[in-house]
Amino acid sequence: MDAFVLQMLNGLDKGGAYALIALGLTLIFGTLGVVNFAHGALFMLGAFCAVTIQKLLTLSKKVKDESITFFDAYKEIPYLETWFGDTGLVIIDYAVPISLLAAIPIMLIIGLIMERGLIRFFYNRSHAEQILVTFGLAIVLQELVKAIYGANPIPTPAPEVVAGSADLGILFGVPGTIVYPYWRLIYLFFSLAVIGGVFAFLQFTTFGMVVRAGMQDRETVGLLGIHVERRFTIVFGIAAVVAGLAGVMYTPILPPDYHIGMEFLVLSFVVVVVGGMGSLPGAVLAGFLLGILQSFASMNEVKSIIPGIDQIIIYLIAVIVLQVRPRGLLGRKGVMEG
Amino acid sequence: MTVFDKGVSRRSLMKGGVALTAGLAAPHFFTKSAYAYLNEPTGGTVTLGFNVPQTGAYADEGADELRAYQLAVKHINGEGDGGMLNTFSSKALKGNGILGKKVEYVTGDTQTKSDAARASAKRMIEKDGVVMVTGGSSSGVAIAVQSLCQEAGIIFMAGLTHSNDTTGKDRRANGFRHFFNAYQSGAALAPVLEANYGKDRKAYHLTADYTWGWTQEESIADATEALGWQTVEKVRTPLGAGDFSQYITPVLNSGADVLILNHYGKDMVNSLTQAVQFGLRDKQVNGKDFAIVVPLYSRLMAQGAGENVKGIFGSTNWHWSLSDAGSQAFVKSFGAEYGFPPSQAAHTCYVQALLYADAAERAGTFAPCELGKALEGFEFDGMGNGPTLYRAEDHQCFKKVLVVKGKDNPSSQFDLLEVVQEVPREQVTYDANIPQFAGSLGSCNNGA
Repeated sequence: MDAFVLQMLNGLDKGGAYALIALGLTLIFGTLGVVNFAHGALFMLGAFCAVTIQKLLTLSKKVKDESITFFDAYKEIPYLETWFGDTGLVIIDYAVPISLLAAIPIMLIIGLIMERGLIRFFYNRSHAEQILVTFGLAIVLQELVKAIYGANPIPTPAPEVVAGSADLGILFGVPGTIVYPYWRLIYLFFSLAVIGGVFAFLQFTTFGMVVRAGMQDRETVGLLGIHVERRFTIVFGIAAVVAGLAGVMYTPILPPDYHIGMEFLVLSFVVVVVGGMGSLPGAVLAGFLLGILQSFASMNEVKSIIPGIDQIIIYLIAVIVLQVRPRGLLGRKGVMEG
Repeated sequence: MTVFDKGVSRRSLMKGGVALTAGLAAPHFFTKSAYAYLNEPTGGTVTLGFNVPQTGAYADEGADELRAYQLAVKHINGEGDGGMLNTFSSKALKGNGILGKKVEYVTGDTQTKSDAARASAKRMIEKDGVVMVTGGSSSGVAIAVQSLCQEAGIIFMAGLTHSNDTTGKDRRANGFRHFFNAYQSGAALAPVLEANYGKDRKAYHLTADYTWGWTQEESIADATEALGWQTVEKVRTPLGAGDFSQYITPVLNSGADVLILNHYGKDMVNSLTQAVQFGLRDKQVNGKDFAIVVPLYSRLMAQGAGENVKGIFGSTNWHWSLSDAGSQAFVKSFGAEYGFPPSQAAHTCYVQALLYADAAERAGTFAPCELGKALEGFEFDGMGNGPTLYRAEDHQCFKKVLVVKGKDNPSSQFDLLEVVQEVPREQVTYDANIPQFAGSLGSCNNGA
């Protein structure tokens, strides 16, 4: 029971990350018809927003470390600590939540620049060309980040107050058996909230209604005198924000390096294909489904029956789903066909 | 009339052809025989190849290895304060390069990938004309490059590689390792684990799924089972898995009361951090405090994992806080150059560069076979690990091993590990052909 709950939480947690990236990918594909291989790079840029904010907050002056006598060693004391004492340390401790707020405008601007500066020139080109150009862009962004921040992962911890684990066993009357890190629970609720927010935005606002109409029939919406392209540009920005926020929130779980986006991109594309190209609910459903399956496939009981299943499960499911439902779980007819 | 009528028979044509072919081929043979061995240096310089991971999972260690090599080159060339050359028991090196030739170097990025490392080493050998390749941080890479150097006829001085196989089943006559190995980690750690955690423990292994992880898992399991510990599970994790949560959650309710992390570098930082996040360090199982063990530790890793290393046991090849004259000379020299103390990766690479230079000086040549003989059975001291033997049978160094623990109250940013025990060389010495190590050096290759 406890092992089941833990793996389920694990799966939901992973699924949350997959779903957030897949949601952005699907938004872009559904509106602009662009297969965006640079989406993983947006996740990575979000993570590096957190790294940058943390570096800014911990700008330090060097003070000689008297405990080292063999050579001249220096300690770094953050200016915030020097100026504000404990308050300064608390601000540094909250680098990730602060980054979350900062990442919204930053990622929106990055998304808009990316769409206006490059992607829009490829709307009417083949998917192969779109993949090539966005993949190239992803590599350029990766190398830029590597040139600035180096190749090594950079620890970006969560605030101290949520650094430990929650004893969820208490809820089931078995304390101590189901222990799960606070930040991972926060990540799960955060991803659900963002997904809910995006769906609500598309469902209950006029803007969202136009976008949805545009996704169904772009030409007709245009004939009604609505400048649908401008709205789609904003959708690209929103997708960039969603990917960026997913990246910021993931930094305490996995110290980011320049390659982190690529690791998620491949999995997220599988998620999109399994969910059905262009289907937002499909992307979310497939994200959580594959996250949970991947988690359960890592259980020793499962691996003892099928060794190595944890590393292939996602691709295996993709093959099966595409065999049974070639358009994916919730795919629509006519998307990427003909 | 045909040409054959003029006395040019088919037989004589063939003879002529053979003679011509031999003639054309002759300069090649002469070229080869003009040099006694591959890449014999002819000018006033000799080039060494530093093949380290500059990107990928072990990039931190690679950067530190490169710093150490650069420092070693300085010292060999007679620049700087001389570092460990002042404490090294052999006095063959005179501070004027090697055999009077100034040492130069080229670097390569292994990317912690065997194919990239081999390509990089090949370029160094064929294009840059290096006489020796050195570097490491991944045993998979070290074994692949060692094998390439053997085929090419170049000496390989392994950097940080901890797999038993490097000087075990994959040992090569042209390859030499100063760093300790997984078997020695097990032999050194076991008594300390027994003293701290007792004989009745249930261990759960998470293991990086490649040669180093496998041999460490085997060695540590053997050593702990000999204490009376039970191995509950051995789980393999992909190298660079990133998120280890799906592998850590099954540990929580497995009945195990010890988690052994056979991970290194970025994997180690992530798995240890996540294990602590999941509350394993504060857990009580079977009426005992849950324990985490990291058999192969490094200070760089401890920095990445931050507070999570506190109280966790492991082993290292060397630590900067050692008080012997050799260690202090190296730390002082390295610290003055770079502003922080060296890692164990830096130490082993620095020592390997010096040992190579010293062996060449003693052998009077860079020829791999003669130089190898100078290293085989070589006893030395003053390099930070006490009296050390480069064993001839497997080209493995035997010296003391350190058992360390994450420090509870660090006094400085570098003071993250404390040395719990300096395990004597005798305790970590084994027969060269025990089943875990059975292999053959083969014959050495001069490449010419």
